[in-house]
Amino acid sequence: MEHLELFLKSIFIDNMVFATFLGMCSYLAVSKKVTTAVGLGAAVIFVMLITVPLNWLLDHYLLQPGALAWLGEDYADYDLSFLSFIMFIATIATMVQLVEIVVEKFSPSLYNSLGIFLPLIAVNCAILGGSLFMQSREIPTLGLATVYGVGSGIGWFLAILAIAAIREKIRYSNVPPALRGLGITFIITGLMAIGFMSFGGMLTGGDEGGKKAEKTISVEKNNSQPSTIGNSEAPKKEKVIASNIKVNE
Amino acid sequence: MGLKNNLHKLKLKYKGTKMEPAFNAIHTFLYMPNDTTHGGTHIKAADDLKRTMNTVIMAMIPCLIFGMFNAGYQHNLATGDIQAVAGSFFSSGFWNLDNFLIGFWKIIPLVIVSYGVGLGIEFLFAIIKKHEVEEGYLVTGMLVPLIVPIDIPLWMLAVAVAFGVVIGKEVFGGTGMNILNPALTIRAFLFFAYPTWMSGDKVWVEGAVERTREIAAGANLDAISGETILGSLAQGKQVAFSTWDMFMGFIPGSVGETSTILILLGGLFLIFTKIGSWRIMLSSVLGAITMGLIFNQIVDAGIIAQGSKFYGLMSTPFWEHLIIGGFAFGVVFMATDPVTASQTNKGKWYYGFFVGFISILIRVFNPAYPEGVMLAILLMNVFAPTIDHYVVQGNIKQRKKRLKAKIA
Repeated sequence: MEHLELFLKSIFIDNMVFATFLGMCSYLAVSKKVTTAVGLGAAVIFVMLITVPLNWLLDHYLLQPGALAWLGEDYADYDLSFLSFIMFIATIATMVQLVEIVVEKFSPSLYNSLGIFLPLIAVNCAILGGSLFMQSREIPTLGLATVYGVGSGIGWFLAILAIAAIREKIRYSNVPPALRGLGITFIITGLMAIGFMSFGGMLTGGDEGGKKAEKTISVEKNNSQPSTIGNSEAPKKEKVIASNIKVNE
Repeated sequence: MGLKNNLHKLKLKYKGTKMEPAFNAIHTFLYMPNDTTHGGTHIKAADDLKRTMNTVIMAMIPCLIFGMFNAGYQHNLATGDIQAVAGSFFSSGFWNLDNFLIGFWKIIPLVIVSYGVGLGIEFLFAIIKKHEVEEGYLVTGMLVPLIVPIDIPLWMLAVAVAFGVVIGKEVFGGTGMNILNPALTIRAFLFFAYPTWMSGDKVWVEGAVERTREIAAGANLDAISGETILGSLAQGKQVAFSTWDMFMGFIPGSVGETSTILILLGGLFLIFTKIGSWRIMLSSVLGAITMGLIFNQIVDAGIIAQGSKFYGLMSTPFWEHLIIGGFAFGVVFMATDPVTASQTNKGKWYYGFFVGFISILIRVFNPAYPEGVMLAILLMNVFAPTIDHYVVQGNIKQRKKRLKAKIA
């Protein structure tokens, strides 16, 4: 259940493109045709599937404060987290090289159409973002980290797939000359993000709501006051408004 | 035909000037244009884009008039001036002038602002870009007043309409090019920019906000409020309305969305005139029923506890989901928008199914957004081109296979 929740959350709610606007350069550049977009999206899913759990291992057994404790008592105080950027990037770059070799071997046409953007996945912020979010959100187990990586990748894949289809469709539109190309793509991305807001706060909002309710109950117990209608309704409204604001940000 | 001739003369007089598109638009709105299309094949048919749009507006007029009566009825009911009418659709407690006038004076300004701002921008763009005025706003302008709460301030509506028409449509090149349904873009803009005016229990009844303010200022009055059914279910409260009321539409809600029976008639009219796609309407209903049944099964199996915050909406019978909230209105008038929906027949089935499926999902699982159908349609608008792409590719593949089989 926990895994499923994180999986859906990373695809729809914390979507890499529509919630955090990461990985925009290749998202904008390679989304002119659906077939290429699918190829790049699949490559991103694969790279994230490998790098996020790998970086989780690195983080837990090398970089975190106290992660080196398995070497012995003397190393228990070491904190190597300042190295995490460079270590994560190194892992990602290696994996991208691997993907590049595989794609070139098995699908030369895709390799040619992706061009420079395939090696550039190495600096795709969505992928580094996935690893860094994994670190900062303190994902507890290797399994969850894998799920998170795949989910984020699939979210990015869906985003680039949808925008590629839309861009193929608006090729026949009479877009004002000043907006043609990237301008209109940014506007579409913004509008798509509105569509994706439908999921905003769907799972997270529920959790926070539960916690908040517990808190108010404990406060009421301390004050030993009978709960009035006004009291019980006030935090509910706050919650609704607060979750809206959070989504807006 | 005097008017037509005069308009024609006026058009000729302004030909070549900046104002040409504006006069042209008025002329073609009232009469068939007497010029032929430029190049390509020529088909003589009376149902051009303006007639199509007018047909949709005709289908919405009953909802609008019902909305006016309902606005007054809800107001009088909340203040305690009248008793609730139960059961009968043709009750004089509902259909009287008193109710109508309250709603009339409240809703006509909404319509005027919506059309004034929207068409103003359309004319402006037509004059700047020197093309003909496009008809696309005719339907949007009627949809917008029907999907907002009655007490929405007019300036908010004006801002939202300006946003929706410019960002949602004109930047893509105007009518027929947009990605998201403009009316829903406008509503989503209002929903996310001014959430306090789009949800809660104060905005759905005429005068409730005003009354709250008066009470805050020290007036000795009773507060009035009315929660939509979805709103109360999401908070786990009991619903005071009977199924019959929900079906007839004697409930609080956005202006035109409450009366399922009139929406149903409008939908049948659209299907009969072949303007709305029956595939989308049918598959949306199927999708909603599927999701509703899944949730009902979850409740029956006892997986979810009575105290859970999802219980209220999850235990709602699947058929009740179809008649509460804006589901019916969204499916009939907005999901079927031929521009933003899937274009292929097979794609329409998938598109509609997911609209219904996701709207019930959002309703139940997202406590912040009790009305799921708006966001579900927007989301599926985003994915409609993807669905189309794969349907078309699938057809191409199938035909290639057939060709190969024939050759071999």
